[in-house]
Amino acid sequence: MKRTWKVQAWRRFIIGFVGLYLMVPLYSMFDFSTKPFLIADSGRNLRSWRIIPSQPDLGIAVLRSMITAGIVMLLILFMIVPTVIWVQLKLPKLVRPLELLCLLPLAIPAIVIVVGIAPLYRWISINLSESPITLAGVYSMLILPYTYRSLSAALDAVDIHTLAEAAQTLGASTFRMISGVIMPTIRTGIINGSFIAIALVLGEFTISNILNFKTFQVVIAQIGRTSGNVAVSVSLASIIFVLVLLLLVPATKRRAAVLDVDLA
Amino acid sequence: MTQVTDPRAGTATSRAGSRHWRSQSAYLGVLPFLVFSGLFLLYPTYNVVSGAFKNNENEFSTAALSEAFHSSITIHAFKNSLVLSLWTAVAGSILGGLFAWALVTGKKEGYFYRFSIALSSVLAQFGGVMLTFAFLATFGFNGVISTLAMKVMPSSFLADSAWLYGLNGLIVVYTFFQIPLMVLVFLPTIENLRPQWREASDSLGGNSREYWTRIGIPVLTPSFAGAALLLFVNSFSAYATAATLINLTSFLTPLQIATALSSEVGGANPAEAKALSFIMIVVVTFVMALYALLRRRVTKWEANR
Amino acid sequence: MRRNIVAFSKFTRGSVVAVLAVTLAIPALGINTASGAVNYGTVKNLAAAGGINKLIAACQKEGQLNVIALPHYWANYGDMIEGFKAAYGVKVDEANPEGSSQDEIDAANTNKGTSRSPDVFDIGIAIADKYAGTGTFAPYKVKLWNYLTGAAATSPTGEFTPDYTGTLTIGYDGSLGTITKLDDLLLPKFKGKIALNGDPMGSSTGLNGVFMINKALGGTFDDVSKAVAFFKKLKDLGNFINVNPTEATIASGQTPVVIDNGYVQAGVQKQMAAAGKSWKMFTPALVGSTYNMAISAWAPHPACGRLWLEYALGETGAKIFAIGGATPALWVWLVKTGRAPAEGIAAIGKSKVAATKASADQSSAARVYLKTAWPAAVGS
Repeated sequence: MKRTWKVQAWRRFIIGFVGLYLMVPLYSMFDFSTKPFLIADSGRNLRSWRIIPSQPDLGIAVLRSMITAGIVMLLILFMIVPTVIWVQLKLPKLVRPLELLCLLPLAIPAIVIVVGIAPLYRWISINLSESPITLAGVYSMLILPYTYRSLSAALDAVDIHTLAEAAQTLGASTFRMISGVIMPTIRTGIINGSFIAIALVLGEFTISNILNFKTFQVVIAQIGRTSGNVAVSVSLASIIFVLVLLLLVPATKRRAAVLDVDLA
Repeated sequence: MTQVTDPRAGTATSRAGSRHWRSQSAYLGVLPFLVFSGLFLLYPTYNVVSGAFKNNENEFSTAALSEAFHSSITIHAFKNSLVLSLWTAVAGSILGGLFAWALVTGKKEGYFYRFSIALSSVLAQFGGVMLTFAFLATFGFNGVISTLAMKVMPSSFLADSAWLYGLNGLIVVYTFFQIPLMVLVFLPTIENLRPQWREASDSLGGNSREYWTRIGIPVLTPSFAGAALLLFVNSFSAYATAATLINLTSFLTPLQIATALSSEVGGANPAEAKALSFIMIVVVTFVMALYALLRRRVTKWEANR
Repeated sequence: MRRNIVAFSKFTRGSVVAVLAVTLAIPALGINTASGAVNYGTVKNLAAAGGINKLIAACQKEGQLNVIALPHYWANYGDMIEGFKAAYGVKVDEANPEGSSQDEIDAANTNKGTSRSPDVFDIGIAIADKYAGTGTFAPYKVKLWNYLTGAAATSPTGEFTPDYTGTLTIGYDGSLGTITKLDDLLLPKFKGKIALNGDPMGSSTGLNGVFMINKALGGTFDDVSKAVAFFKKLKDLGNFINVNPTEATIASGQTPVVIDNGYVQAGVQKQMAAAGKSWKMFTPALVGSTYNMAISAWAPHPACGRLWLEYALGETGAKIFAIGGATPALWVWLVKTGRAPAEGIAAIGKSKVAATKASADQSSAARVYLKTAWPAAVGS
């Protein structure tokens, strides 16, 4: 895109405005968490932050939530993405119903979803496992609206029918076509959809709280009960933790050279 | 996995048979997803919807639904929820869309880009008590910005925190997580605006405005509408943030639902909660239908161009 | 042959008699041969449990207690839980601290049969009455049951037992001056500062807050219109904000005036004192509520549940509640027999005047009235 000074100025302004909108409230949280509270504090300090690493349940909860996130990721890559692609390719009449289905988890408030799904989780807890990792099932449905939207946005701009035909003419199997040809073209959609899924699994509180599973956010809330300062600092810490985690996830830069063909 | 060749498919000449079989087998592809979503999504939804048509003794009754339709409180709460969702969807989609554009015009896969994506993922999920506190600590009494405003612009609305405690404040707070959400779901589309199109437009003598109105916006509109729809529904069902900022059952529909589920003072009425949720699902379906209509119009218009 | 049979049959007869005698003697001797242990899920009092030491041993074998909706700052539950943990060495799993009484019962039903189900409840009288006799609670009378004020009246079978009473009060930042009368709240210096904990439609604290203001203005539990009018005045002046106060908002100064339970305010007072700030309390009228403890009928750790009740409703628990600003049900007896701890007296006094409480019917009626009147007064 042409980088005229007008474009540059606009760009700077937007980044500045949105950046401030998002950063200032977070800064206010940080500001409060370092405020001196006890008489013993002389000035700003990191006392409320230092409490965090010493909490015993935190490590296990983090591990459990990360495993759950991993399972959800697998479900996305091996079940959701292929299904979305499949429907777009072969079952065009189902596109809108699928879209509505994927919007459904968001139409119902979480507190009501819990009411609906509680009997199922009771059965799972008694007959299968009491581990919080079983939440992966309901979480994979909760991420559907976001992940589907992300995938759909990517698919909108790609003519997958042509791609599919081309791939099949060249002798690719269905599996190869989906995984090797189509998925790389919607890479950004998959990555963004996955990121938000990971963030959701690590940020979900309502359902795990009511079902009394000790997930990451539930333990965070537990730690936060020590005092107001700690509640804020531990919440910020969880944001930073997930942020770093996502930055470490490799968004592979594999260039699908075979697709650098202009299909427009 | 190679293509299935079924003897019933017949030869190339009996096309009807082979096409029929192929289309039937296509449905197999969605089976795993159907089973999974049937268990973890359709089953709880069924519980909610069927509960809307029962009373609290589990007998069939439309009392909860008719009460909801006739209650002025419910209607007021719904109105507030719709207004809130509309405004936050508009604000979030515009600001988020612009930010997505700003990201795309920068260095692809650079540090800023990756950081923005990661941060957007986290902040899109950030809500509840802490988000409300963050805004109280910023704009509320004694807040970072409000104390600053009191020194610099004492007569502005920023110095007096009253605006934060109403619908306007809620819109501003909700937009906080709507913007990152928009960035995440809209970015893939805007990335696919090929630079070749811009170059083609420029080489044919079109200026920036023409590019956007003839090429850019029409290509982006369907996805933009879909993302805005997502933002709308996201805001519609959000609960925890509002519950802390505006402690009033009748203010928003999710707040009413929460009271119906966990009231300590005789207001617990699970049937009412399910009835309200059912109405929410209906509203969302309706808005989605409008969106589907919009997309069909756009496709038709594109085909006729 | 015959001799052997006779001898054999004599032997058999004798041994049969012996076995019968032993079998019939077993119940009389209290030996349980089935599992060798008491079924703590049905134990109704300490004697049936075999005494306090057996109960403690059984609880330690279970190893964990599941509690729910017990915030640490509420009636000093923080110290109660820590005290229990230290005294008996068992883990305490705390679920959903901000849950309501209804949430507690719902959680028990949702998690029925799992090890995550709550063992004990701390619920308001409205919810307790709602589930009385439905098989949700396991009746249990603690050792000092007869000395607990209102225990017999609340539930003669011991399905639920009153544990503490609290009065509503208006807590405020000392730097704002001193409030001497209710109308002080209308002053401009309180603009944007007054918050009520909970919405009266859902929270008993919120409803009791309304009742307190109502009583202070001369109203009765049957008619809360005076309170609604007052709150409307506060809202119109901009003094009242709809924010739900939390520890963080109080600590950061966002909600310097809070209408909340006295035993919660006591915790705030202590926290503020540690920071060198003062938090004062003003009680315009005595309106309170009594909470009740109950054991879940399907508690995964029944022995620990019963031990918790013995602990919290006993003298140790009473002292902890009193220091937290809540009047324990045992208080009247403790004061009468001179066993009331000094720190408790310092915190809540020796007053035997119970605050007036709204009945379940009055609460329901008020809620119906407030459903339209409250949003009209303080809504937006």
